[in-house]
Amino acid sequence: MVLHMENHSPALDSIFHALSDPTRRAVLRRLGQGPAAITELAAPFDMGLPAFLKHVGVLEEAGLVASQKSGRVRTCTLQAEALAAAEKWFDEQRALWAGRYDNLDSLLATLGGHDNEA
Amino acid sequence: MKPDLKFTFAVDLQANTLTVTREFAGPRPLVWDCHTKRELLDRWFAPKPLTTKTKSMDFREGGHWHYAMVDPSGPEYWSRIDYRTITPIDGYTALDGFSDETGAINPALPQAEWDVTFTDRGAHTIVRTVVTYPSAEAINTVMAMGMEAGLTSTLERLDELLAILTQPETQG
Repeated sequence: MVLHMENHSPALDSIFHALSDPTRRAVLRRLGQGPAAITELAAPFDMGLPAFLKHVGVLEEAGLVASQKSGRVRTCTLQAEALAAAEKWFDEQRALWAGRYDNLDSLLATLGGHDNEA
Repeated sequence: MKPDLKFTFAVDLQANTLTVTREFAGPRPLVWDCHTKRELLDRWFAPKPLTTKTKSMDFREGGHWHYAMVDPSGPEYWSRIDYRTITPIDGYTALDGFSDETGAINPALPQAEWDVTFTDRGAHTIVRTVVTYPSAEAINTVMAMGMEAGLTSTLERLDELLAILTQPETQG
């Protein structure tokens, strides 16, 4: 509802693409519990490490995940801000429809569409 | 007492769709009228505290509804819903776009396709709306529009968000 474009973040362009894959969503869900090493993150998936690293790369490009290397261990952390942007939009859309439909309930009750007391 | 009416909201990121399904305590002809007559739309379409103001309504294939959601503090958000196909009282399809007060569509912003269907559930009515954006980029554009300066909200419900994104009832 807010008609300002100036805050368009480049990272947003790839958030949707990043979220559209079940493997990547599972990685985000795991990282929601706390940071994890790449090897630990990859363990549940039946795919080679290069393929898995591609998924992590997509998440990093979208700004959803950051990783840091310490010695031979690369640790990934969820970047909640980027995901919060998507969440906010979904919440707004859901709230728009929910609010609109609550009004319609009241209107239908007023119009006598149902014999229940409103 | 408010009846417990079913509401579902699902996002399908592969198909670029939002699907909203809701049950209403009213017969289908009445629920249909509420969606298609200006004097009734004006009484419910904008969520509180906004109100709905219709400038023109021509509910026929090729016609459109030009309306604003009016913020009590002053701003008016104009939109246009262009009707494509109408099958009373089963459903209609339309294009939902942002416009200005004169009804001119804003070409910089994406239009979303609406496919709205009405079905009986006993004496109640189920309304299902599938909103389809032309591309993931289009969703990004409308998403960016809603972002206010200095977004600092933190993600508090990751599981809930991921659950919305993986609703089994959507095509996967």
